[in-house]
Amino acid sequence: MTLPTQNVIAEPQQLVKMTYREGMRQAIREAILRDERCFLMGADVGRYGGCFAVSKGLFDEFGPEKIRDMPLSESAIAGIGIGACMNGMRPIVEIMTVNFSLLALDQILNTAASYLHMSGGTFNVPVVIRMATGSGRQLGAQHAHSLEGWYAHIPGIKILAPGTVEDMRGMLWPALEDPDPVLIFEQQVMYNMTEMVPATPQPMDIDHAKVRRPGKDVTLITYGSCLPKSMKAAEELAQEDIDTEVIDLRTLRPLDNDTIFGSVAKTHRVLIVEEGWRSGSLAAEISARIMENLFYDLDRPVDRLCSAEIPMPYSKHMEEAAVPQPETIAAAVRKLVQ
Amino acid sequence: MSEFKMPSLGADMDAGTLVEWKRKSGDPVKRGDIIAAVETAKGVIEIECFEDGILDEIFFQAGQDVPVGQVLATISSEAEFRQKASTPKVAESVKAPEAAVAEPAKPAAQVVQEAMKAAIAQPSATPATSDRVKISPLARRVAEDLGVDLATVQGTGPGGSIQRSDIERAAQAKKAAPPEPVKAPEPVAARPQEVAPTAPPVERAAPPPVEAKAEPVPEVKKPTDFQSAMRAAIAAAMGKSNREIPHYYMETSIDMTKALAWLEEENAKRTIRDRLLPVVVLLKAVAKSLAEVPELNGFWIDGQHQVSESINIGFAINLRQGGLITPAIHDVDMKSMDELRDAVNDLITRTRSNKLRSSELTDATIVVTSLGDRGVEKVFGVIYPPQVALVGLGKITEQPWAENGTLSVRKVLTATLAGDHRATDGHKGGLFLEALNRNLQEVEKL
Repeated sequence: MTLPTQNVIAEPQQLVKMTYREGMRQAIREAILRDERCFLMGADVGRYGGCFAVSKGLFDEFGPEKIRDMPLSESAIAGIGIGACMNGMRPIVEIMTVNFSLLALDQILNTAASYLHMSGGTFNVPVVIRMATGSGRQLGAQHAHSLEGWYAHIPGIKILAPGTVEDMRGMLWPALEDPDPVLIFEQQVMYNMTEMVPATPQPMDIDHAKVRRPGKDVTLITYGSCLPKSMKAAEELAQEDIDTEVIDLRTLRPLDNDTIFGSVAKTHRVLIVEEGWRSGSLAAEISARIMENLFYDLDRPVDRLCSAEIPMPYSKHMEEAAVPQPETIAAAVRKLVQ
Repeated sequence: MSEFKMPSLGADMDAGTLVEWKRKSGDPVKRGDIIAAVETAKGVIEIECFEDGILDEIFFQAGQDVPVGQVLATISSEAEFRQKASTPKVAESVKAPEAAVAEPAKPAAQVVQEAMKAAIAQPSATPATSDRVKISPLARRVAEDLGVDLATVQGTGPGGSIQRSDIERAAQAKKAAPPEPVKAPEPVAARPQEVAPTAPPVERAAPPPVEAKAEPVPEVKKPTDFQSAMRAAIAAAMGKSNREIPHYYMETSIDMTKALAWLEEENAKRTIRDRLLPVVVLLKAVAKSLAEVPELNGFWIDGQHQVSESINIGFAINLRQGGLITPAIHDVDMKSMDELRDAVNDLITRTRSNKLRSSELTDATIVVTSLGDRGVEKVFGVIYPPQVALVGLGKITEQPWAENGTLSVRKVLTATLAGDHRATDGHKGGLFLEALNRNLQEVEKL
């Protein structure tokens, strides 16, 4: 994967306004232009422009060879993508939502994540699979769950969860460069979110969490759509003299222990916020790691704020009530510091 | 200088057990501050102070049983306190020792005392940790680093747990204090965890004479279960009521169709959190009706009928572990529906977690018992003395309803009134139920 990197210029960056959706669209464009082995495949990604309109316009620009509509079979889509990778291509596989990806779980777990091991290190699977996740758009109990925590359970794959436009724009290329399977979880509620980002893409680190807001009183660990909510809560808490450090995990597997532990060792109090169900959640794993490694640094038990353990409701107010919100996040932090 | 006395937290209370001082001698206190916690059959109640000043002398320590009316501590003005501090102490605490000896207990009082002892036997919701110091791992580490003795530290975290800030404060205090041997604050010595958990229970016929400033003797409380203690307290109050109060009863059926329709429409405009439950509307209607018939809102004390100006509704709350408490919602007639909803939610939560304030236990002027959507259609209550009335609200059910010569199905609430015939007559009771009915037909005006 030695590719031209001339378009990454060292000059001071000009900032442009971009949506989360446009971030991924540009990333796909740039990847296809950069690497001739690269193409997008999935259900309705071509003529229709993608069910969340992420690939809108790309079919006209690149044609059916590069933007490939697939039959509506998640298992087949993932399987073909994996096969293409093993034969030298670099497909970007799109699955509509994480709920549908369960139909492709066999391919993801039994093939993509296991092949390097089963072939004695001979065949790696550099596939990239993107899918939408999370609630917030009234898509009901079959389209709105956050199951990335389940995937983060699987050894052999890397899990990315962009929570900013810049990450959305920048994470795809390093994911394609990774020799092993990478899953990218895009927050469907954030596709319209806009942010100022550098006009040309910057080299992106996908191995570390980021401190999005430094603070000294409490560590708030989160990712994805709970990141902007947590930032909002942190600003509100700052008015009350509660200084919250917000960590964006960015990569859910492997977890960046160093950033998490460094922050907890400083604040001694932790709240983990995520949209997954609480029992057996990613938050549970992070909590366990903190307890295993930093027990003598904790001034309070680690606290978690997760989704209500129910199928995602359709009604707007109930959907909102089921997942963490800035107010509930702020309330949980207040309880931790009182 | 004024005296801070053990308050009476209900007609059935003769004594309470001091659980802890929230302030120590020398601390400034303000009216409304919580300065102590007292255990009664109704759980741990936080005691407010009614004066500004300095908490001066403290006569009792945590763990001691104190009769109602006994002086717990004195509150001095700043000048008095400074003056006293500069003159050598000659005779301290004049009245506490002798007076503190409990009078021979009446049978009912004994019941209540037993109840209180039982309540003390379960000091927290997590009995398994009672012999352990609750401390965060970080605080324990810091305490070791700074050489702080944990027995000298009072925790301020959840459930009295010790956090790092408590250790740091204790370490600073140690540095500031003269190098004489540091005496552990007494409340700590009297904490339940100091009691050997396996020690045999000690039977006590009457509370031992209490000496002021005495080193507290750790007491092993008789392990009685909380339910039976609560039961005994309810038995005492209700027994007294039926012995002394000549009850009269009346009931009326109220068509709730309009009120519920209004509620539904109102709630459609609100977020889930802001929605109103029928009980909020009912309480509001009761308060408005009481304003129209004030004679039912008050007390019968020493042969005198006292009408209360404020309408503080004691709201009957069932406890999950059994038993019943009727804490007061203050000034219901002055509260908006939203304020009332928040007050009810707050009260239920705090009642069930044993966090009531003393004023909430003593200030009720009438009790409302509402069965909500469970239970039966009618409830005839027993008045909580010294109050003079109790309103019972049954389950709202669909009933055949005759009006203007036609029959239809309506949502019907049966409201009952138990009145004290010494204070009021049936006529007043009838006026009240009539007013309640009227007010519930125009809930939008409440």
